[in-house]
Amino acid sequence: MEHSSLAGRIFRGIALALVLVFFMFPIVWIFLMSFQTNEQILRIPPRLVFEPTLGNYAALISGQLRTTAGNLEISFVHNLWNSFALSSAAVVLALLLGVPAAYAFARFKFKLGETIAFTLLSFRFAPPLLVLLPLSLYYQDIGLNDTYFGIVWVYQLIALPLILWIVRGYFEDISPDIEHAYRLAGHSWREAFTRIAVPLAGPGIAAAGLLSFIFCWNNFVFALILASADKQPVTVGALAFVTASGIQYGQIAAAIVLSVTPTLLLALYAQRYLVEGLSLGAVKG
Amino acid sequence: MAMGILELRSVDKVYASRSKTPVHAVRSLDMEIGKGEIVALLGSSGCGKTSTLRMIAGFESVTAGSITLQGRRIHELPPARRKVAMAFEGYSLYPPLTVRENIAFALKSRQLSRAEMSRRVDTIAHLVEIEDILDSYPRSISGGQQQRVSLARALVRDADLYLLDEPMGQLEPQLRAVLRGRIKSLLAEREMTAIFVTHDQTEASALADRIAVMEDGVLQQFASEKELKDRPANLFVASFIGEPPMNLLEADVSRTDGGFRLSVGRDVALQIEGDALDAVARKTLETAPSLRIGIRPQKIAVGSGEARVRVASNQWLGDQSHIAGELCGHLVIAVTPGRVAARPGELVPFAIEPRHIHIFAADGTCIHHAEAAAR
Repeated sequence: MEHSSLAGRIFRGIALALVLVFFMFPIVWIFLMSFQTNEQILRIPPRLVFEPTLGNYAALISGQLRTTAGNLEISFVHNLWNSFALSSAAVVLALLLGVPAAYAFARFKFKLGETIAFTLLSFRFAPPLLVLLPLSLYYQDIGLNDTYFGIVWVYQLIALPLILWIVRGYFEDISPDIEHAYRLAGHSWREAFTRIAVPLAGPGIAAAGLLSFIFCWNNFVFALILASADKQPVTVGALAFVTASGIQYGQIAAAIVLSVTPTLLLALYAQRYLVEGLSLGAVKG
Repeated sequence: MAMGILELRSVDKVYASRSKTPVHAVRSLDMEIGKGEIVALLGSSGCGKTSTLRMIAGFESVTAGSITLQGRRIHELPPARRKVAMAFEGYSLYPPLTVRENIAFALKSRQLSRAEMSRRVDTIAHLVEIEDILDSYPRSISGGQQQRVSLARALVRDADLYLLDEPMGQLEPQLRAVLRGRIKSLLAEREMTAIFVTHDQTEASALADRIAVMEDGVLQQFASEKELKDRPANLFVASFIGEPPMNLLEADVSRTDGGFRLSVGRDVALQIEGDALDAVARKTLETAPSLRIGIRPQKIAVGSGEARVRVASNQWLGDQSHIAGELCGHLVIAVTPGRVAARPGELVPFAIEPRHIHIFAADGTCIHHAEAAAR
C-alpha cells in the first residue's frame, strides 16, 4: 500500500467513490426524499437542492397523515414497536430452542439427526405463500389468528433454521476435548455447555441472532395475513401510505429511514461479530 | 505389586454397535496397574489405545466389562467424579483464559489459598519450561508450548490417575528428552499413577515402567521394555518392538538326534537341542513342517558364519552400521557397532546362532525365546 504512486492513489479513490455511490445511491436518495414534500419529490427533473422539511417525520410520529383527500390516522410508531417486539421475541425464542439443538446436532450422532436438521433448513426454502393458507385456517381454528403469540410462533420458524445451522458450524469448530477437560476438572455436562461451549460459540450465536433478527424484521407476508392493524409490523404498516389520493412518497421515505435505522445500528454495532461469525462458522460445511 | 489401583476387567468397546458395520475397537481388555506405576499404551493408530484412555476418562462408554479406580467402579461415574486428570492430544486449552489461568483453572474446584495455588502453578510451569508465557493466551503460543501447558494443566491437579494422550508429540527432540526425565521424576517423587498413549517406542521405554502393546483392539503383551525385547509374546510384539525390527525367516524343520534342525535355504542350518525346549515347543516342532524364526538385527554377526547374504544397502549411522541384504528371499538386517566394508551387490557372510533365535508357532505365539542378553 505504501509504495503506490500518487496517480494510483487518486485512481483508487475515484474507483472507491464510484462503487460507494453506486451502492449507496438508493439509500441516500431515500434519505433525501424523506425531507421533501410530495410535490418536491414528483417534480421533473428532480433537484438535489431543496428546502428540507421535517413534516414527513412529524406526520409519522404524530400519526396524522394529511393528504389532499383529508386527514388519515396511521399508527407508524406502534407498527415500529410491533416490529421490534415481534422480531426480538422470535429471535429470543429461536435462540433458546436453537442453540441447544445446534449443540446436539454438532456433538451427537443420532438416528435421523441429519434428516431433522435438513428438514428444519428446508423451512427456509419453502415459499411462504404455500403454507400461508393452511396456516391461517389452522390459526383461525385454534384462535391464534391475530395474536402476538401466533405471529411470534411463525417468525420463530424463520429464525430457527438460520440459528441452528450457523451455530452448529460454530460448535463443530470447538474441539469437544475442551469441554471434556472442563468436565474432568469436576464440572457437570450442563456447566460445560453453559460455561465453555456457549461462550466460545458467542460470536456465532451473535451473528446468527442478528441475521435472523433482520430476516424477521423484513418479513411481510406472514404478518400481512396473520395480523390485524394493531399488531402489524412496519413492513405491513407501510401499506397505509398508499392512500386514495395518491402515494405519499415523502412519508414512505421517512418511514423507511426510521425502520431501517434500528437494524442498521444493530448491524453496525455487531459488524465485527457478523463478519467473523459468518466467515468462521457457516461457510465451512 | 499388591492390589492394583486401576483395574480393567474384560473391557470391550464397540462403536456403532447397532449399525451394519460395528467397529470393535477394544476386545476383552484386562489390565491391572499398581500405585505409582507409569504405563505406556503403545501401538499403531487405530489399535484401540486412545479408546482405552477415553473409556477410563469417561468420554466413551464401556460396552462391556468394568473399570475400577481405587476400588470405585468408575465406569459408572460421570467424568467429573472419577478423580482422573488428563492431557489431551489436541491440547484443548480454554481460549479466553491466559496460560496461568488455564493451569490454575484445574485447581479451582479445590479450596486452595491464592498463594498456594500460584505456588503450584509456578512449580509446574518451571518443570515444563513455560514460565515466560504464563500471561499469554493459548492462541498466541506455538503448538509445542500449548502442549506443555496442557501437560501442566493435567499434572498440577491432585488426581488418582493421570492420563496423557501423546503428551510430547509436538515437542522438539531435545526438549522432549529433558521433559521426559523431569516428568518421570515428578511422577515418581509424588507417587503419581499415570497412563500415557504413544506410538513412539523410545518415549514408551524412557518414561514407562511397563508397556502395554496393543494391536487390533487386543492387548498383545503387558510387560517391561526388557521383557518385551527378550521375551516377546508373539510375532506382532516381536516385530513391533525394537529398532530396526526383528528379522523373521521361514525355516524348515527336520528332526535330528535329540533335537531339531531348522534350516533356512541351503546355507543356514540351526541345531536346537531338545532339552532346551519345553513340552509345548517340542510338540509344535515335531508336528510343524516349517515355521517362523526371528532374530534381532543386533544379534547377527557380520563377516563370519555360513549364511551368504547379498548386500542391498550399507548405512553408517555414526555409531553403528545397518547392513540390509537378501537371504533366501527374505530381507535381513544386521546391526554392527563398527564400519563394514561391503558394497551393494557383494556377498557377505552373516552368522546366525541357534541361541539367539526366537521360534514362533503357526498362530504367531512365541514358543521359544532366545537366551536373554546379560545386562
